[in-house]
Amino acid sequence: MTKSNWSIAVRRFGYGGKPTETYAGAPKSWLIAQIDNYDPLPQALRSLPGSDKITRQFGEFRRLGNDDQGLKRNARRALRGHVRSAVGARIVSAINTRDQFAERLVHFWANHFAVSTEKRGAGPLAGSFELEAIRPNIFGKFANMLAAVETHPAMLLYLDQAQSIGPNSRRGLRAAERGRRRAGLNENLAREILELHTLGVRSGYTQQDVTEFAKALTGHTVPAARRNRRNQRSRGSDLAYAFVEALHEPGAKTVLGKTYRASGAQEVAYILDDLAAHPATAKHIATKLARHFTSDTPPPALVTRLETDFLVSGGDLRSLTLALINSPEVWVEERDKFLTPWEWSIASARAIQPDQIDPMQIRRLMINLGQDLWKPGSPAGFEDKASRWAVPESLHRRVEAAQTLGRRGARHDARSLGPELYSGIWSKSSALAVARAESPAQAMALLLASPEAMWR
Amino acid sequence: MNLNRRKLLGGTAVALGAAAMPSVSFAAAGSGSKRLIFVLQRGAADGLGIVAPVGDPDYARLRGALAENYADTERVGGLFALHPSLEKSARMFANGEMMAVHAVASQYRDRSHFDGQNVLESGGTRPYERKDGWLNRLVGLIPETDASGIAIAQTIPLALQGPNKSGSYAPSRLPDAADGYMKRIGDLYMADPRLHMLWEESIATRELAEGMDGRSNMRRAADVGALTARILSADEGARIAMIETTGWDTHFGQRQRLRRELTSLDTLIASIKDGLGPLWKETMVIVATEFGRTAAINGTNGTDHGTASATLLYGGSLGGGKVLGDWPGLRQSDLYEGRDLKPTGALEDVIASSVARHFALDGDLTKRTLYPA
Repeated sequence: MTKSNWSIAVRRFGYGGKPTETYAGAPKSWLIAQIDNYDPLPQALRSLPGSDKITRQFGEFRRLGNDDQGLKRNARRALRGHVRSAVGARIVSAINTRDQFAERLVHFWANHFAVSTEKRGAGPLAGSFELEAIRPNIFGKFANMLAAVETHPAMLLYLDQAQSIGPNSRRGLRAAERGRRRAGLNENLAREILELHTLGVRSGYTQQDVTEFAKALTGHTVPAARRNRRNQRSRGSDLAYAFVEALHEPGAKTVLGKTYRASGAQEVAYILDDLAAHPATAKHIATKLARHFTSDTPPPALVTRLETDFLVSGGDLRSLTLALINSPEVWVEERDKFLTPWEWSIASARAIQPDQIDPMQIRRLMINLGQDLWKPGSPAGFEDKASRWAVPESLHRRVEAAQTLGRRGARHDARSLGPELYSGIWSKSSALAVARAESPAQAMALLLASPEAMWR
Repeated sequence: MNLNRRKLLGGTAVALGAAAMPSVSFAAAGSGSKRLIFVLQRGAADGLGIVAPVGDPDYARLRGALAENYADTERVGGLFALHPSLEKSARMFANGEMMAVHAVASQYRDRSHFDGQNVLESGGTRPYERKDGWLNRLVGLIPETDASGIAIAQTIPLALQGPNKSGSYAPSRLPDAADGYMKRIGDLYMADPRLHMLWEESIATRELAEGMDGRSNMRRAADVGALTARILSADEGARIAMIETTGWDTHFGQRQRLRRELTSLDTLIASIKDGLGPLWKETMVIVATEFGRTAAINGTNGTDHGTASATLLYGGSLGGGKVLGDWPGLRQSDLYEGRDLKPTGALEDVIASSVARHFALDGDLTKRTLYPA
């Protein structure tokens, strides 16, 4: 193993080294150990509230009348507080962790199944979504993650599934009798599951498939968030997730040529399992994973290998992850991934290793650099390509941010830190620039802005 | 059409080297009163845009929209036109106080700013071969015992670094510490082509956004010129000064950017001349860059890293008014690696021979000292 392999392990698969951390042994074993010793609930995240509590709070907030302005303000503040504390915990956890690879995988999958803090209701749940639907499943079966994701209140609220009503369901027919036009089928979640979460765009599904799938999804909802004041006394109305038969479109549904006749909640479970096992899903996931760890145009051989593993292992993500790190393509020296603002901010915070981390300061930094956590602007998640992030203005801001961070990290000697953090890849020109800096703070700033710190 | 390139130069083309340099009549035998200013154009200045070979039949085709700049400019040396922004320089050219040497390059043949500037400043044959600079070694050659060199900058650039006495001076009105950092970033990114392009673009965009139409640049150039003249005017003081200029890396929007940088350069030289007064007669200015730019315009109305460029010389007793050099032509087969102006003269020779003449030094010794190879 060459020295640069540690740099690859720590920077391509992780979030970069720290001045006080040393790495020894084989880089690949270090990665494998993170799979074997994976802790789905790191210490920094244990105090965060779960989706049950947050969803109930959201429901209560929605049921507050307009005359309760003071209460409404407090409730709104409490909900915003959940976003802030979850963002803060995620930042702290990423900066502190030694299991950087596992963290990166969590973040990769969370971005694949993106939710957004911009959406009322879903926003405060973003942290709990990652905790409950993503983290427990990153080394399990893809189908399990998929099922957990699509029935989590954050996703049901984000993609409008919570309001979707089968036109011929009990509730749908009643609404039609009363002339309520707004109650009906919402296809948003069905479409995004096919387009973004599983098969991938233009993979052959039709509008008919979307509609049928949307019908199958009816009934999966978030009772606690539903506005209706009358139903709040009924059984199960304070649940964050439930299958409500009265909303479910009856009858068989045909999706991708297969007819599903199962009743109730089971119907969607079967469809999701079939989608998870679909070859188009294998290709879609393989491409995204390969792109995340190699380059914007991932090597076809790597994509094919991951795709095959996904199909052969039945979507086993542990097996898929091992296939990834055992591939020669991920250990090449070329660094083609431009760090996203999230990645660069975390890596920089790790490099300066402040005595105290103010996560909100790091969050403001990320926002300034153009990436606010869990706010991707679209259900597709944040773009995972250099063309999105390696743009002039954003580089300029990053360089300015490096100056501020450099002052905070001025107690380190950037001249010796460079070859430690970027072992085997620290260039002569960067070493020279750092050595010639006029102050320790400037040297540290140059280190954080160096080409080695920008690409992985 | 079979063009004889030597003829195109109006019969002035000669092999470069000491013999080719302008014959300058020096008033005094001693060199005690001589001054030298080296202006480094960091970023690869476009020699084909600064001293444009408008008479070359391939120029308009290669340069497209960029060739339109010269419609109303007067021809110099038969084949060429000075960029219209070099207004005051053109007058100096007419008075024999300016000249250009075309199609020259240092020994460096790759296209990295970082390495190219290192070779140009150090006087070595390969990047990072030497730790001192030719300008510093020149300080040691000047007979005056207390001769020294000074950089009008916050730090001493490599060209002036070395065992001989040198310093730097930058008044507070010059770019502050933050700009120093930004400049260092610019240098740092020269090692990474992708970041380099992004960085250049971000700088240019910011300057546009901040309404820098060149006026503040010009003011700064005039200030730097006046300051340099003041420093060099002292009886006891620096005899050699170095000024670094940036903004020459015109990958895009070359028309506006070259106009701005050349207006600044023109202002800088003119204010040096004004400030020096009678001492201008004893002064020579060398303007050089690490390498030139591609012969053809690129897809973003700019030019990319190339090879040969043009070097400018100024001075009160220069005997200029010509464009020297062995013009290689711009036909596809004439271009270096099929894309760049081919170097037909060594920048090292131009510098060594002109400073040897200027300071009345032995030519061979000067060459050996500045460029030990």
